[in-house]
Amino acid sequence: MAATQFRIWRQDGAGDEGGYRDYTTEVTEGMVVLDAVHQIQAESANDLAVRWNCKAGKCGSCSAEVNGNPRLMCMTRMSDLPADRPVTVEPMRAFPVIRDLVCDVSWNYEVKKKIEPFEPRPPDAEDGTWRIAQEDVERVQEFRKCIECFLCQDVCHVLRDHHLHDEFVGPRFFVYNAALEMHPLDTRDRLASLKQDEGIGYCNITKCCTKVCPEHITITDNAIIPLKERVVSEFYDPLKKLFRVFSGGSRA
Amino acid sequence: MAFPAVLKRRSFGETQRQDAWWLQPGAVVVGLGLASAYATWAALQADHYVFGGYLSPLYSPEVFGLSHHAWFEGFPSWWPSFVPQSPALFILILPLGFRATCYYYRGAYYKAFWADPPACAVGEPRNAYRGENSFPLIVQNIHRYFLFAMMAWIFVFFPIDVYRAFEFETASGGHAFGIGVGSFVLLINWLLLSGYALGCHSTRHVIGGFRNVMAGRPFQSACYRCVSCLNRRHMAWAWLSLIWVTFSDIYVRLCSMGVWTDFRLV
Repeated sequence: MAATQFRIWRQDGAGDEGGYRDYTTEVTEGMVVLDAVHQIQAESANDLAVRWNCKAGKCGSCSAEVNGNPRLMCMTRMSDLPADRPVTVEPMRAFPVIRDLVCDVSWNYEVKKKIEPFEPRPPDAEDGTWRIAQEDVERVQEFRKCIECFLCQDVCHVLRDHHLHDEFVGPRFFVYNAALEMHPLDTRDRLASLKQDEGIGYCNITKCCTKVCPEHITITDNAIIPLKERVVSEFYDPLKKLFRVFSGGSRA
Repeated sequence: MAFPAVLKRRSFGETQRQDAWWLQPGAVVVGLGLASAYATWAALQADHYVFGGYLSPLYSPEVFGLSHHAWFEGFPSWWPSFVPQSPALFILILPLGFRATCYYYRGAYYKAFWADPPACAVGEPRNAYRGENSFPLIVQNIHRYFLFAMMAWIFVFFPIDVYRAFEFETASGGHAFGIGVGSFVLLINWLLLSGYALGCHSTRHVIGGFRNVMAGRPFQSACYRCVSCLNRRHMAWAWLSLIWVTFSDIYVRLCSMGVWTDFRLV
């Protein structure tokens, strides 16, 4: 057992300025940050608010910033953190704090409601089912791993530092868009809304979202950039426009 | 929808990160800075860019020039007098534009040179932000046109240079097949540039990424998978090709100056 120092963000709602408070607790082998926070809650800070659920990295509830890095607390091993310095735990910075480590992430749910829903082509078979090749469905399968922890939203500087929540939907919803837009059965067109309403042009490809994703979704390379390329084809490619005029065609 | 207040915005460089977050952007500043400075200097020299059958990739293709690689001898009369008569200045816009608008490099230099942000979860210097949504950065969308031009360069003109790097002058004044260290230097350069351009995100889109249904198109599907495979290591291809193109110029230059000896293997 080793006594470890923690600096935990304490804040009582949006009106409170908040600040760090120091705690010390004994850390044993196999503990994760969430265990330590729970221990501190039990020993010396009964009123410390922390959101958690599965403790298995699958519910996306315990998102926070550990030593400045957006992480799931339940998946961050204490043994992976430097033992000689206090461990800093603070709430996500892209969303308003409800209390201590708990953020109000409801903005994300409102954004999701506005995205064009999935609309499949008519069924392939008489029994109302479809046939999809494995290779076509594999591409969008990766995006379905998302657990909506919103760590990618937190680390994205467009939301985190520039607070462009009204003009930019963030990496999570580009992944959601990609899952729909690249789906082999889908018939809807989301490119105009991606460009105009969802602000894909604000993304400057820092790849921070990819780095923090606990599900290891290649957000930037497999979702955002392919969508950016489709937006380029639709709105910024003069040759493609010319080709469409003469062929009278549409996107594949 | 008005967004409620979040935690106070961090100032420039402020972070709770305890790791050496400045290392990666610092390495990009040094790497891109050195490569840009060297390429500019080398392009303005207009000398020592040819050694036998070897032509420096910074000068390839030599459209106007005085060496035996040149398409047209001498510079045209319309060439501005205040611009040095260097064949490199005629073609360098191509690789420069391709790399400058490359998705990998964009992310890297926005962080390293503009601190936008300096690193993930590190405070930025500016409040205002327009991203690639409006001028001037909206111009980055031209990337695929630089790609098309690069493809022509890499797969039409550059193989000619590589072929000639395996030709050596004989005692009778003719040319015969041979292999020197420089032949491999230029061959590797071509392979690395090919890997970089073929693994480009725009190549991935053009080759098949624009489709939602690839089944029934086995050739296109195979191409898409190959390009995706290269794309997974796009950063490595970008840096290796940049370093090697610089080294290739240094190799040809130093051989031409008589500082290095090009060993003949065959």
